[in-house]
Amino acid sequence: MKGGWFRGYAIVYLFVLYAPIILLPIFAFNDSAIVSFPLAGFTTKWFTQMLDEPTLHEALKNSLFIAVSTSIISTLLGVLAARASTRFVFPAKGAIMGLIMLPLVLPEIIAAVSLLVVFLGIGMPLGLLTIILGHVLVCTPFSIAILSAAFQSLDRSLEEAAYDLGETPLSTFYLIILPLVMPGIISSLLITFTISLDEFIMAFFLGGTNVTLPVYIFTQFRFPQSVPVIMALGTILVLLSITLLAIAEYFRRRGIAKTGGKNTGGFL
Amino acid sequence: MSSIKSSERLGRSEATSGLMLISPTAIFAFLLLAAPLATILAYSFMADGYLTIIPQFQTCNYIGTCFSYEMKDGVLTAAKEYNGVFSDPLAQTLLVRSLGVSLMVTLVTVVLAFPVAYFVSFHVAADKKSLWLFLITIPFWTSYLVRVFLWKVILGYNGVINSALMGLGIITEPITALNYNVGAIVTTLAHAYAPFAILPIFVALEKIDRSFLEAGLDLGESAFNTFRRVTLPLAMPGVISATLIVFIPTVGDYVTPNLVGGPEGKLVANLIQLQYMKLDNYPLGSATAVSAMLLVAIVSLIFLFLNRRYLRGPK
Amino acid sequence: MTFSAERSTMIEFRDVHKYYGDYHALRGISGEIRAGEFFSLLGPSGCGKTTLLRTIAGFEGISSGAVLIDGKDTAGIPPNKRPTNMVFQSYAIFPHLTVAENVGFGLRRDPRTAAEKARAVDEALEMVGLKGYGARAATALSGGQRQRVALARALILKPKVLLLDEPLSALDKKMRELMQVELIKLQRQVGITFILVTHDQEEALVMSDRIAVMFEGEIAQLADPETLYRRPNSRKVADFIGTMNFIPCKVLGESGGQIEVDAKGLGRVTLSADQAPPAKGGESPVVGLRPETLTLLYPGQNTPDRIADGVVDEVIYFGDMTYYDVYIGGTDVEVRLSMRNVPGRPILEVGNQVQVAWNPSALVLFR
Repeated sequence: MKGGWFRGYAIVYLFVLYAPIILLPIFAFNDSAIVSFPLAGFTTKWFTQMLDEPTLHEALKNSLFIAVSTSIISTLLGVLAARASTRFVFPAKGAIMGLIMLPLVLPEIIAAVSLLVVFLGIGMPLGLLTIILGHVLVCTPFSIAILSAAFQSLDRSLEEAAYDLGETPLSTFYLIILPLVMPGIISSLLITFTISLDEFIMAFFLGGTNVTLPVYIFTQFRFPQSVPVIMALGTILVLLSITLLAIAEYFRRRGIAKTGGKNTGGFL
Repeated sequence: MSSIKSSERLGRSEATSGLMLISPTAIFAFLLLAAPLATILAYSFMADGYLTIIPQFQTCNYIGTCFSYEMKDGVLTAAKEYNGVFSDPLAQTLLVRSLGVSLMVTLVTVVLAFPVAYFVSFHVAADKKSLWLFLITIPFWTSYLVRVFLWKVILGYNGVINSALMGLGIITEPITALNYNVGAIVTTLAHAYAPFAILPIFVALEKIDRSFLEAGLDLGESAFNTFRRVTLPLAMPGVISATLIVFIPTVGDYVTPNLVGGPEGKLVANLIQLQYMKLDNYPLGSATAVSAMLLVAIVSLIFLFLNRRYLRGPK
Repeated sequence: MTFSAERSTMIEFRDVHKYYGDYHALRGISGEIRAGEFFSLLGPSGCGKTTLLRTIAGFEGISSGAVLIDGKDTAGIPPNKRPTNMVFQSYAIFPHLTVAENVGFGLRRDPRTAAEKARAVDEALEMVGLKGYGARAATALSGGQRQRVALARALILKPKVLLLDEPLSALDKKMRELMQVELIKLQRQVGITFILVTHDQEEALVMSDRIAVMFEGEIAQLADPETLYRRPNSRKVADFIGTMNFIPCKVLGESGGQIEVDAKGLGRVTLSADQAPPAKGGESPVVGLRPETLTLLYPGQNTPDRIADGVVDEVIYFGDMTYYDVYIGGTDVEVRLSMRNVPGRPILEVGNQVQVAWNPSALVLFR
């Protein structure tokens, strides 16, 4: 087979990459309060136990609210920035885009503590809103990366054609541009939702007394007896994330196919 | 000359449309990123008061000894003495350790990732490439905390590795050296950042015109020499961005040292968290954060400088 | 449809300048395009022809001067309010719509009923030979079919002017030749002014009533195809359109509309004024001769033309034609000439002594 050695290596690599995710359901269904080998038998009690955790329910509600808000706001900001950067030439474009994309590489803790300092400095109470602001900061660059690909593959003469055929710039936007980048927008909504749902640092530093799912999970790690429940919760979250990402990937590809582009890479 | 003026007017309208469109996102990034970063930079040169910051310029948060002030009978009084970042042995240790861990993680991640990127780019059929990339990216987006925790399970006393080795009869006692150390942090972080390293290298490899490689072979080079003299230099921009995209954020990782590092495995992020949240000393915390960023920036710039010849030429 | 000999003016350029920053893209374009004519903007890439077309459509503003459509200044009028429609180089077929939705796109604001609009779409599709394709997805079409959809979509609005931006450049040679003929027929059928941008001189000669040849933001010559080919007004135009032999010469004298020159290998010739476009200066004078105006004399043939002795230097066989490079007047003047390969006519070999017949009226003087 072509690239035999490389193929073997890549498969082992993928296996190691997925090792923790494969272990997750094993411990979620393992009938032992201690997360370790050897396994002790099958149970679904860790899943049913989740129903009796009021803090978990509160965290879930918070996380969903934050993730939905974050995905909408960061996708809106992403649409504006992706459209501006792919279509227009303007002064200081590199510097502005660099600043907007900076959270991709900036150590998250630094962004988090600097936001914390500012929020406390201006007397803004820590809560869901401050977490959302932090999450939007983290998610917008990902949204821009996805949407830039969608806007980039858009032939500029499509806009001109609509304009030429009697439409205004505004009607051109919703008749032509919006339908064509819609798959990218859906993909961006799903991915930013997934990132927000999984984000810990911002929520930990900016949440005050409000708990999100990752913060809940983090605090539960301190109590060995709650770890199996976390394994069950993690299993559900991983399944949810993979489903959302698969849908996002489907839309991303469809979007590129729709505008006639070539599919060459992943999300980034 | 009127013609030139009106052309400038047209140019400006294009620029204006672009700026108008980008402004909400740009203002957001300015208010929630640029301004806060500037704030901690400013704080790092100020004095720590009780629940306040005293705007008095000082460099002792970096070098020397500082005082925290407290209100006593309506007067600010110097209360507690502490060392600046570069005068504090603990901070120095943690900064050096964090840099070391990041460098190791980066090395491991990039070296292990390159063959995978190479395989996907050169040996996977075009229609299967995005499936492979999708499979590689999925773990990155899913449940970071739980994944980190599971490494503890894999490396732990009764963990997967020890159970397997004992089951095979290779060892009789579990190895305790696997968990709660710098090695565990490196393993976990290298695992977490794997896709970040693969994607840029893959993109760079994809851009290589395959006829260059044929030309290399055609000119009598062996497959290995073609790789060394043609493929690798052309892939270097990807390797460089992979290196930076792994190195910079890992310096500030908080969760991994916290969960798998154990008492000897704390890193600079844990120190920053301690200084801000527990000691409530914002100027010192800010100084630590700024120092960490500064060191990362210096190392990154040296790295870029050493590799500058790969980054030249047509984009 | 017929037109009187004096067609009215549809487009008028008045000293149009266009700058992109410091770059001077259009440098004082003036000229008229008549109603109902098939007009081409021809030139190498970067000469400003597409920019000029886009100033008519309204996609590009101009820095100074004026563009008039049907007597009205277009300053400040956006593309959606201009009586022009465009066929784009990439066709710009909306990929998320069907063929019929694409063709009917411009009718959205039309007050007619849906049924009437649907009929208009059917008619437009029939006109471009795509009857029955309406329900198909636009992305499922071939290049030639997309081209037709783009045409139908632009023509359904009955514009005063149809703008075509290199519409045939993406097609293969066979398809391109087929579409050239169809475009000419279509233009005669609808009687709308067509303005075509092309870098292909053959395409421009075949299709156009008149052609503007552009170099570096200026119109070098605006004329009908025959004049452009037979009487190019500069060496540059002559070189861009077809092939031409340039032979160094000396201008001996000029009197009463007659110009006497001494051309290398040809000798003294008297030219009429229309063979000598206004002098450009700066370059040493040459006379130009198209290869097909030269003939090789075969033994026993006579000619009323003048004759130069020569030696065959190169033979290039083209099937229907053979090109010969021939030295005349020693070894310093080489001309290319083309001979039709008719039965019984032998193909000469390198080194053969030949006689080249040429006619003074075919000469053009560039100085």
